[in-house]
Amino acid sequence: MTKKPLFTNLTSALFAAGLTLFLGASVMGLRLKSEGITLGVELASTQTFIELGLAGLIVFLFQLFRDRIPKLSSSATDRIAILAFLRTDKQQRLWLMLTIAALLVFPFTTGRSNIDLATLVLIYIMLAIGLNIVVGLAGLLDLGYVGFYAVGAYTYGLLYTYFGFSFWQALPVAGLFAAITGWLLGYPVLRLRGDYLAIVTLGFGEIIRLLLNNLTELTGGPNGVSSIPKPTLFGLEFSRRGDNTFHEFFGIAYDPVHRVIFLYLLALLLVMLSIYIIRRLIRMPIGRAWEALREDEIACRSLGMSPTNIKLSAFTIGATFAGFAGAFFATRQSFISPESFAFIESAIILAIVVLGGMGSQLGVVLAAIAMVLLPELAREFNEYRMLLFGLMMVLMMIWRPQGLLPAKRPHRELKTTNAEVK
Amino acid sequence: MTQPLLEVKNLVMRFGGLMAVNHVSLDVNEGQIVSLIGPNGAGKTTVFNCISGFYKPSAGEVLFKGKPMHKLPGHLIARHGMVRTFQNIRLFKEMTLLENLLVAQHMHAERNLLKGMLNLPSYKAKEQELEDRSAEWLERVNLLEFANREAGTLAYGQQRRLEIARCMVTQPTLLMLDEPAAGLNPQETQALDQLIIELRDKYSVTLLLIEHDMKLVMGISDQIVVINQGAPLATGTPAEILGNQAVIKAYLGEE
Amino acid sequence: MVPTMNESISYFIQQVINGLTVGSTYALIAIGYTMVYGIIGMINFAHGEIYMLGTYITFIVIAGLTLLGIESLPFILIAALIISMMVAGAYGFTIERVAYRPVRSSKRLIALISAIGMSIFLQNYMRLAQGSRDLAQQSIISGSWSLGTDEISVNLAYMQLIIFVITLICMVLLTLFISRSRVGRACRACSQDAGMTNLLGINTNHMIAATFVIGAMLAAVAGVLLGLYYGVVNPMIGFIAGLKAFTAAVLGGIGSIPGAVLGGLILGTAETMTGAYFSAQYKDVVAFSLLCLILLFRPSGLLGKPEVEKI
Repeated sequence: MTKKPLFTNLTSALFAAGLTLFLGASVMGLRLKSEGITLGVELASTQTFIELGLAGLIVFLFQLFRDRIPKLSSSATDRIAILAFLRTDKQQRLWLMLTIAALLVFPFTTGRSNIDLATLVLIYIMLAIGLNIVVGLAGLLDLGYVGFYAVGAYTYGLLYTYFGFSFWQALPVAGLFAAITGWLLGYPVLRLRGDYLAIVTLGFGEIIRLLLNNLTELTGGPNGVSSIPKPTLFGLEFSRRGDNTFHEFFGIAYDPVHRVIFLYLLALLLVMLSIYIIRRLIRMPIGRAWEALREDEIACRSLGMSPTNIKLSAFTIGATFAGFAGAFFATRQSFISPESFAFIESAIILAIVVLGGMGSQLGVVLAAIAMVLLPELAREFNEYRMLLFGLMMVLMMIWRPQGLLPAKRPHRELKTTNAEVK
Repeated sequence: MTQPLLEVKNLVMRFGGLMAVNHVSLDVNEGQIVSLIGPNGAGKTTVFNCISGFYKPSAGEVLFKGKPMHKLPGHLIARHGMVRTFQNIRLFKEMTLLENLLVAQHMHAERNLLKGMLNLPSYKAKEQELEDRSAEWLERVNLLEFANREAGTLAYGQQRRLEIARCMVTQPTLLMLDEPAAGLNPQETQALDQLIIELRDKYSVTLLLIEHDMKLVMGISDQIVVINQGAPLATGTPAEILGNQAVIKAYLGEE
Repeated sequence: MVPTMNESISYFIQQVINGLTVGSTYALIAIGYTMVYGIIGMINFAHGEIYMLGTYITFIVIAGLTLLGIESLPFILIAALIISMMVAGAYGFTIERVAYRPVRSSKRLIALISAIGMSIFLQNYMRLAQGSRDLAQQSIISGSWSLGTDEISVNLAYMQLIIFVITLICMVLLTLFISRSRVGRACRACSQDAGMTNLLGINTNHMIAATFVIGAMLAAVAGVLLGLYYGVVNPMIGFIAGLKAFTAAVLGGIGSIPGAVLGGLILGTAETMTGAYFSAQYKDVVAFSLLCLILLFRPSGLLGKPEVEKI
C-alpha cells in the first residue's frame, strides 16, 4: 500500500477537526439552566472547552495519520489466541467441568454483595443468550426484547398478587406468556423486511411499558408490584420464621445469605440449562435453518422452507428465554415496576450480543460479564456507560462486526476419509 | 396421452404497465429435458419466477402433476417437488458445503424439537440419513473433498455444481435450472451436459432449463420453447427450432 | 353538563386543527426518513435525535439572545431556525460519514445496529451535555385568533399558524429543490439506481451526504417549531418523535415524499383525536397500533409502490 504524503490529508484533517469543534461547541458550549419559569444559559465550564479542544486535536491527528494506522479489522474466522486451549473436545469438556465447579463453589467463598452481583450477571447472560438466538443466529434485529422480559416478570408478579402463584408455578407460565406475546407480535411483522421488524419491536417495547404504567388498576401503574415472594426449595422457605423453613429443616442457624446463595445457584442452573438448550438447537435442523435464513431468504424459500415460520420460531424461542429471565428477575427483586423495562435495557442486552459476537454463546457470556461488572467496578464510568455502549455498537459494526469472540463454525463436519482436513 | 408433469397455460406477468410475460404456455412431460430460450430480456427468468412462486402471475395457470401452483407461496411449491437454481447463484456462502446440503433437506428432516433436544435414536438416524445423502451428492458433483469448506470459497463452476446438488438432495421431481452453464469453461460445460443427462436417466428427474449456450441446448433438449419480448415465439424439437424463420429473425434481427 | 351540538362541532374542528399542527411537524421529520430510505434503503434510526437536537439548539438560541437583550420575535425565530438547521445539517453530515458510510455495503443487520448505536450515543451525549431533566421554556409566541361564527368557533394560535406557514414553505422549497435543481435531479437519479448514477460521473457519496443534510435540516425545523409549541425538551423526546415520524413515513409509503406528508398529517390528527376523545395516555399506543395495522394490511403504505423483489 502506498502512503499518501501527509499534506494531502491535511485539508481533510483540518476540516474534520473544525467540524468536531463546531459539533461539540454548538451543543456543549452553552448550558441551559432553569430560571424560574423560563430558561437561561451559561457558558460551559473551562474543563468542557479543554476537553473539546482535545477531542478536536485527536480527530485532527487521527485524520492526518489515518493511512498509517494499521487496520484493526480482521477476517471473520479468526478467534482470539487465548482460546487456543479450547481446541479439542476433550479440552473443552475439561474446562467446562472446571468452570462449572468454580461457579458452584464461588458463592461459599465470598460475601453477600458479590453473590448478588453475580446473580445479576447471570440474569443478563440469560437475556443476552436469548436475544442472541434472534439477532445473532436468525439475523432479526429485535429492539423490544425487554418487552418480553417485562411480560415474564409481570406474569409472575400478577399471578402471585391475584392468584397466589408460587415462583415454581409461575415460571413455566411466564415463559409461555412471553412466547405467546412473541408469536402474536412476530406473526404480522416477520413477513416484512428486517428494518420494519426493528422499529416495530422498538415500538412494542415502549407500548408494553406504557401499558404497564397506565393500566394502574391491574398492574399498580408506576408503583409496580411489590412483595413478590422468593422461590422455595422443594417447599422450604428461606425466611427467618415460617412453617417450613430451610434452616429449621436442616437444623442450622438462620442466615440471610442462604437465600442469596440459593438465588445464585438457581440462576446458575437456569443459565446452564439455557445454554445447553440453545447449544442443541444450533445443531438441530431448526438452528441450521436460522443461519441459512440469515444468509439468503430467497434461497431458503426455493428449498421449501417457510421463512415466516422459521423466523417466528427464533423470535418465539428468544422471547421465551426473556420470559424465564423476567420471572426470575421478579423473584430476585421482590419488586417490579415499569421503570425496570425501559428501552435502555434492550439496548444494553443488544450491546452485549454485539460485543460478544453475534451467534457466539461463549462470546456473549463473557461480554455479559464484562458489561455488567465494569460499571459496577468503576462507578465514575457509570455516567458515561450508555454513551460508550452506543459508541461501541457503531465502532464494532465498522471494525469487527463479528464481535470480539466470533461464533465458532461450522457446527458439524463431515468426517469421511476424502474430506480435506482443515 | 398422459398428462404433462408441468403445464403452464397463458401465463401473464405485468409490472406496472410493462408486460414482462405475455401469454406464455408450455408443457413439460415427465422424463423430458425442456429448454426455455430467447434473447436477453425476453422474460425467461420471469417465467421461472412465476412457475416457482416467487412472483404471483397476473393471469394464467401453472399446473404441476395436475394441481394448481400459481396461488401457492414459493416454499410450498418447492415442497411439491419442484425446485430451482438461480441465475446469479444463491448459496449460503458462509456455511459449509455439507451444511448447505443439510439445510436443503429441511423439509425431510426430523423437525420435532423435543426429539432433537433429547437426541433420540430416531432423530440421530434421520440426521445420519441426511448426512449420507449430502455426502453422496457431494461425491457425485466432485466436491466431497471440500465438504467442510465455506461455500463462498468455491470457484464459480464449483458453486454452480453445488447449487445443483443442493436442489437434488431435496429429491425433486422437476428441476429448474436458470442458466446453469453461464460462466463455465468448455470442459465444465461438457461435464454439466453429462450431469444433466444423468439426472434425467439415472435419477429420473424432469428438467426445465433456461440456457444461452446453444450447443448445450441443442444437444440435450427434448423440447425447446422460444420466447421473445415476453411472448411465445415457437415450440418444438431442436431440429424444428433450428429451421424456424421467426426464431432466426428474433436472434439475428431483421435483414 | 352535556355539550350542545355546536359545542361538539367546535370541539371537533379545534381538535382537527391541533392534530394537523402536530401532524405537519411529524411530516417534516418523516421526510428525512423517507428520503434517506429512498436513497440508501435503510432506516436512519438516529433521525429522531436530530429533531431533539434541534429543539435544544432552539432553546439555547432563545435564551442566549434574551441574555444579549434581543427581544425582536421575528429575529429570534429566524435565528433559531437558521442556527438549528446549520447545526443539525452538520450533525446529519457527520452521522452519515461516521456511522453509515463505512457499513453501507455490509449486511442490513450490521447497518441497522450501527444506526441504533448512533441513536443511543446521541441521546446520551445530549444527556451529558445538557442534563437529563425536562427543561421548560416559557412560550415566546402566545395569543390566538378566534375564528368562526357565534355558534361554531375555534381558536387558531399564532404559533399554530406559524407552524403551518413554515411547514408549507419548507415543503415548497423542498419540492422545488428536488424537481428543479441539479443536485435534486442527481439525488433522484441516485435513489433509482445508485450504481448507474455513479457511472455517469455523479458522486453518489455526495448525493447521499446531501440527502442526510437536507433530512436533518427539516428535522431541525420540526425541532424548532415543536420546541416553541410545547415549550419542553429532554434528551428522550427524539425517541418517541422518531418512532412516530417513522410511522408516518410508512403510513404514507416509505420512499414517497408526498406520502410522508400525508402520513404525518393523518397520524397527527389520529393521535390528537385519541387524546381528545379517549385518553391522552394512549396517544402513543395509537401511533404504534396504526403502524402495525399498516404493515399488516398495506405494507407499501398509502402512496408507496409495492416493492418487487429482485431475484
